[in-house]
Amino acid sequence: MERILDLNIVEVRKLLKKGEISSVDLTRFYLERIKKYDGAIQSYLRTTEEVAMAMAEDADGRIRAGEDGPLLGIPFGIKDIFCAKGMETTCASQILKGFIAPYDATVIQRLKERHFVHLGRVNMDEFAMGSSTENSSFQTTKNPWDLTRIPGGSSGGSAAAVAGGLCAASLGTDTGGSIRQPAGLCGVVGMKPTYGRVSRYGLIAFASSLDQIGPITRNVTDCATVLGAIAGYDPMDSTSIPQPVPDYLALLGRDIKGMKIGVAKEYFVEGIEPDVKKAVADSIALFEKHGAIVVDITLPHTEYAVSTYYIICTAEASSNLARYDGVKYGLRVDGKDIIDMYKKTRMKGFGQEVKRRIILGTYVLSSGYYDAYYGQAGKVRTLIRRDFEEAFTRCDIIVTPVSPTTAFTIGEKAEDPLQMYLSDIFTIPVNLAGLPGMSVPCGFDRAGLPIGLQIIGQPLDEARMLQAAFVLESEKKVKTIPDSFKG
Amino acid sequence: MNYNDYEGVMGLEVHAHLLTESKIFCGCSTKFGGEPNSHTCPTCMGLPGALPVLNKKVVDFAIKLGLALHCTINRKSIFARKNYYYPDLPKAYQISQYEEPICSNGYLDIFMNGEKKRIRVLRVHMEEDAGKLVHESTIEASTYSLVDYNRSSVPLLEIVSEPDLSTPEEAVLYLKALRDVLVYLEICDGNMEEGSFRCDANVSVKRKSDTKLGTRTEMKNLNSFRSVEKSLAYEITRQIDLVKQGGTVIQETRLFNVDEGITYSMRGKEEAHDYRYFPDPDLLPLIVDDQWIEEIREGLPELPMAKMERFMTDHGLPRYDAEILVSDKELADYFEETVRLCKEPKTASNWIMTELLRELKNGNISPKDSPLSPAHLAELLSLIKDGTINIKIGKEIFPELYERGISPKELVKEKGLVQISDETAIVAMIDAILAKCPREVEEFRAGKDKLLGFFVGQVMKEARGKANPKLLNELLMGRLKGSG
Repeated sequence: MERILDLNIVEVRKLLKKGEISSVDLTRFYLERIKKYDGAIQSYLRTTEEVAMAMAEDADGRIRAGEDGPLLGIPFGIKDIFCAKGMETTCASQILKGFIAPYDATVIQRLKERHFVHLGRVNMDEFAMGSSTENSSFQTTKNPWDLTRIPGGSSGGSAAAVAGGLCAASLGTDTGGSIRQPAGLCGVVGMKPTYGRVSRYGLIAFASSLDQIGPITRNVTDCATVLGAIAGYDPMDSTSIPQPVPDYLALLGRDIKGMKIGVAKEYFVEGIEPDVKKAVADSIALFEKHGAIVVDITLPHTEYAVSTYYIICTAEASSNLARYDGVKYGLRVDGKDIIDMYKKTRMKGFGQEVKRRIILGTYVLSSGYYDAYYGQAGKVRTLIRRDFEEAFTRCDIIVTPVSPTTAFTIGEKAEDPLQMYLSDIFTIPVNLAGLPGMSVPCGFDRAGLPIGLQIIGQPLDEARMLQAAFVLESEKKVKTIPDSFKG
Repeated sequence: MNYNDYEGVMGLEVHAHLLTESKIFCGCSTKFGGEPNSHTCPTCMGLPGALPVLNKKVVDFAIKLGLALHCTINRKSIFARKNYYYPDLPKAYQISQYEEPICSNGYLDIFMNGEKKRIRVLRVHMEEDAGKLVHESTIEASTYSLVDYNRSSVPLLEIVSEPDLSTPEEAVLYLKALRDVLVYLEICDGNMEEGSFRCDANVSVKRKSDTKLGTRTEMKNLNSFRSVEKSLAYEITRQIDLVKQGGTVIQETRLFNVDEGITYSMRGKEEAHDYRYFPDPDLLPLIVDDQWIEEIREGLPELPMAKMERFMTDHGLPRYDAEILVSDKELADYFEETVRLCKEPKTASNWIMTELLRELKNGNISPKDSPLSPAHLAELLSLIKDGTINIKIGKEIFPELYERGISPKELVKEKGLVQISDETAIVAMIDAILAKCPREVEEFRAGKDKLLGFFVGQVMKEARGKANPKLLNELLMGRLKGSG
């Protein structure tokens, strides 16, 4: 079974179809690996073994009956931010501890329709607020490449579980880099699709105008496969885009001759580690070698992205998280009256970073401050979007580093929120512009830590990004599972 | 300074529950009643991850009202979140419209003693209602609250007037006119008691000579026309008294206590709110194109004001009649159907406003459910017009006609009530009466004219009410003056 970890989902599906392995074998294989390795990695908050085995048996029945499908019988670890009927869904927060979702998120429903196997729920920063999983109220996940380091965040549990070979694939969410940054730091593939490409219904909101769901996988092919399954219009999400879903696998393996690759000087600033800079430069050279044309572009408003982002995302979060008041579900701490109950519940239920953002967001929306902060941020957001529109008149995709550094050590930035915020400096503008962005492994630093290349695309142009990522992946053959977690 | 030197300045904020099948942002039923929390789903319960999807029907209704109130229908409008904590508000924000509502700058005309006054409408916007707290006894006595979210996310239109109302009477007229419009458009049932038509009022006072408005208070809990009138009257007097004594009005929310007829300050509860409105990122800007507006415009029914004008010009009714008839669309329909059949608008109006309305009110029946159909009323009026029966008989048999819902012709035949128009027969009865009352005849001839009524009564009594009154009068005069 070990070879499974070297195969992509398309190849595993062939084995399942031929009956060489079963979904139950596959599920057991991952559950055993979780038992063996997750004590060290701590990517899973909960495994749902019984549900997983039942789903695997059901999938095997379907396979025997001749059913087919891209994810039939494939085991996933799911970020604990998606409502799944009958399952505890916590957002890694004390305030939702014990909350059993009574309905399925659209993405969960789509995976269920394709008969995936739900292995369990993986860790994250509380309410997806953070870049390291240190803000999880339950546990800090470790980076499989170096257990003293963070896996990135907020989808750190997803990236670590995929990198550690503890699931075939995972779903994450990305508000300012929460898929791409952990994927980059854990050396796996992560895609934040175009805003509106994947329905947000049932995704527990952090910042609604920025949140987007996407796959975290061990290779580009799996990324295309999973994206194809979850993308598409959903009448339950007013912001979802009513456009047909292309075949994301179709362009994989096609050459990139003539593809115009934009490189923005604003993304190669001070503070980038030399090894990161070099790995990105090498990747650009590799694209060029394959016939792509490198174009210098400029994204002049990049320097305002982080501050703009922290106004918009905190404002939306302050409103989105107001519903956790102890009245209807989740934690309730009794008080002498209703106001006291609200206060005590939220005081106890939310962690420090979440509180910090609620307070910030409440402030920027307050009367008298709205225009100076939220109003202004909206205008800057438009400028950032226009930067990209302008750039994309000259190129097809843009490549940048995912993060300025490789994975930092646990605790290194925990006490310095600003430094933590800056680790998303290259991913945040993409969310503000609503564009698709992905992280694909492009090498290692001298300490052996993975480096991710960010590919930014035009709206709904994920297929082309995957095409370029596939070229890089095929050429570089960067391994995605550390040797210590093989076998 | 006396009271007459001051005047009130009022603007109303009306909330109208819409008669859509489903809620504004989910597919749940809007039906009133039902087991608590049975008409709910993740969206209207504010569960984590749930998202709103706009019900297009609500937009249709908003455009309808906007057109009826001569508003600008904004091609782009924005849903915004109004953030505040209360257990009946499951998301801790209400989705409403703030800076860019769907309709703005319209008006509604009212008639005060026959004189037209134009009340400007600032805006009409869409929003969702909250749930309802339920207590075992009263909120004060209960140690806990239960929440019923059936009403959560039921669609509302908020209609905000400019401060153009000067008296409580005007305010009530405006409210009634607005309710008529909503009911005519069939978008709201206008029921104040059940809360599907609610009103808050902003009240201030100023010296008549001043142009600057005074500080306003907001009055809540006005759930009947009477409450509106009484509370506004109380509040205006209170404010004038305060100002006359050199005090200042504080901007605050006040509650009207129906039993005491007094308004109370709610100070400290609502004041400090900063709702932190911002555009709801879960909903796209609402774009309404010309075609959508035109489709709605084409489907608009005739509105009360237009109908009233038409009843006055086409049917020659006095304003008083027209106002009463159009105040209830069903009644107006009843009237029009009757007139179509009998071609006597004023007579029909008289009968409807007196006889029919009395019966309907007694039984608390709506005009469309009247047992007496417009066709039967028209038939009755024809019987009177062609002299088959007289008015008196008509009025006598009206309750029975109404009760039994049968044809007037049948009933008249059944009861032998056909009017006596045979001159010889009437003359015979007259002569018999005159013969019995020589003294009265003497007195009449001596100039006591009012005895005519006595003779008419006596003959009618003899004719068991069936004598043709006009003929009877003529013949009686002839006999009294002519012979002897």
